[in-house]
Amino acid sequence: MRFLLQRVAFYLFTAWAAITLNFFIPRMIPGDPVQSLISRNQGRISADAIESLRVLFGLDENESVWEQYVDYWKQLLQGDLGLSFTFFPAPVSTVIGDSLPWTVGLVGITTIVSFLLGTALGVGAGWRRGSWVDALLPATTFLSSIPYFWLGLVAIAVFAGPGSFFPSSGGYEPGLVPAFDQYFIPSAIQHSLLPAATILVSSMSGWILSMRNMMVTVSSEDYITVAHAKGLSERRVALSYAARNALLPNVSGFALSLGFIVGGTLLVEIVFSYPGLGYQLFQAVGSKDYPLMQGIFLIITISVLVANLLADVAYLLLDPRTRKS
Amino acid sequence: MTQTVLEITGLNVDYGVGDQAVRAVRDVDLTLRRGEVLGLAGESGSGKSTLAYGITRLLPPPGVIRSGSVRYHPVDGDPVDVMALTPAELRRFRWAETSIVFQGAMNSLNPVHRISTQLLDVIKAHEPDMSAPARLARARELLKLVGISADRMDSYPHQLSGGMRQRVMIGMALALEPQIVIMDEPTTALDVVMQRQILGQLAELRERLGFAVLFITHDLSLLVEFSDRIAIMYGGRIVEEAPAAQLYRAALHPYTEGLLHSFPALRGPRRALTGIPGSPPDLRAMPPGCAFHPRCPRAFTPCDNELPVLGAPADDHPGRSVACWLHRSLESR
Repeated sequence: MRFLLQRVAFYLFTAWAAITLNFFIPRMIPGDPVQSLISRNQGRISADAIESLRVLFGLDENESVWEQYVDYWKQLLQGDLGLSFTFFPAPVSTVIGDSLPWTVGLVGITTIVSFLLGTALGVGAGWRRGSWVDALLPATTFLSSIPYFWLGLVAIAVFAGPGSFFPSSGGYEPGLVPAFDQYFIPSAIQHSLLPAATILVSSMSGWILSMRNMMVTVSSEDYITVAHAKGLSERRVALSYAARNALLPNVSGFALSLGFIVGGTLLVEIVFSYPGLGYQLFQAVGSKDYPLMQGIFLIITISVLVANLLADVAYLLLDPRTRKS
Repeated sequence: MTQTVLEITGLNVDYGVGDQAVRAVRDVDLTLRRGEVLGLAGESGSGKSTLAYGITRLLPPPGVIRSGSVRYHPVDGDPVDVMALTPAELRRFRWAETSIVFQGAMNSLNPVHRISTQLLDVIKAHEPDMSAPARLARARELLKLVGISADRMDSYPHQLSGGMRQRVMIGMALALEPQIVIMDEPTTALDVVMQRQILGQLAELRERLGFAVLFITHDLSLLVEFSDRIAIMYGGRIVEEAPAAQLYRAALHPYTEGLLHSFPALRGPRRALTGIPGSPPDLRAMPPGCAFHPRCPRAFTPCDNELPVLGAPADDHPGRSVACWLHRSLESR
């Protein structure tokens, strides 16, 4: 328990540092958002409007940096991440709130499926070396070594196209209104199949490989020989003795990969024009939408930290040796 | 007490197959009698552990049993050919008839499961009809047997000391009241005091439960005290076998002689420690004739090209056997 509290304190500190950096970095970038907004509107903004925009973006020249920093925190704690330029005057929190479910739905589910499937195959491959699962490895490794954007483009070129079942872009049929009904849900699933398949293909081999190698390592441990000598069933030895121990590094890897669900899928969403957070970030960078970028970075930071905490908790639960009595 | 419980004949164990195979155990004949402690000693790489793994068919790849038979004689019923058991039969045979205490006291227990889980799963695997409370009671009893309090049941292996872990393993080995317990250097990783304590306990348990022990170690001094009979292995073969006291008093094989002079005696007159010159043979390129002849201080004519067979010595030593030309009459060659 004390260990956990220590970890939580550590992550809170990290979060504070990350948020502080998030505050300073955009202020160090040459040019400010108001400037770019002015140039976008080609000078048709009055001096008063400029002044109020500055206040709006937290860049009030009458305030010191420290006051700005305090204001930033106040707003943040109220869930206010500022206004987006690209979707002006929509607040950043609304933009993120709209795109986050897409990313979590697509990448979250595929990450979990990829982990479960890859780990299960890895257990099989490591336990029976030289079986058909083992022969699968070079193929999956080859697939995972293909640059993702290329794999996505090939998938689109081969599987999507006029008249194909798989749509080449978007998250749902244009014209449908996002809602949980019989029109929208099937369409959303249909749109997610191809990107999900490409993510699976490129990410699964990592799980297979690491699980297989851990299985091989664990299989030569003394307690595996003891388990065999005890006359336990092959299944029990493989799962409860070998896989149970081999799983530990994979689980922490999995928890960490959960943190990258939000941020690590830029390419998928760009290639498939998927309305998720990565695509939003891509557009924000393109249009110098600093508040949106800041907001997305914040979400990514927090999700990585939460994933780390999850990894710690998972390890505590799975490995009694890390528990301090 | 002279009834046979395990009979090993002509056992050959190789690592690898074909010409490249390393012959780790060669033509071993060994008989374990009911309730006795048979010590098996030799240097590292002499094939002691391989022999133990071979008997129980636990050889890790690329180990293969090339030939030979292992027959187990149950208390009642017909002898069982261990080599011919099907996988399911083998699983039933293991631990119920022959259990093993392994060398690595530290790593023999699964680190992520409680002691209780690991004690219970072996009982459950072999006695599926036993009720859960009965299994639990049995597990507690086993811990008590080896002097560990029952509240340690829910401990994880890392919460126990090395000695306690090894005692848990011994308790676990007795879970199904096997006829044979194979001990592969069970005390090597422990300090001397703990060694003594555990061996004392083991001797007492054997007295009480009557199982036979095949005790494998490189520490001959331990065996002299603890076992009934001792077999000495060298280069994959058994080179001498004799009752412990006789072997200690008058070793026949020069190798045994060497081993006995490698540790100091606690009592009796002082004697010089000599050790054995040279190093253990390379199993891939064994010397012709007697494997020990390059290191043997008493090697003579037939030793370097003719292999001595294990048999009764020419001079009168009932109950002993040795594989050395020094103790062979010329006619038997």
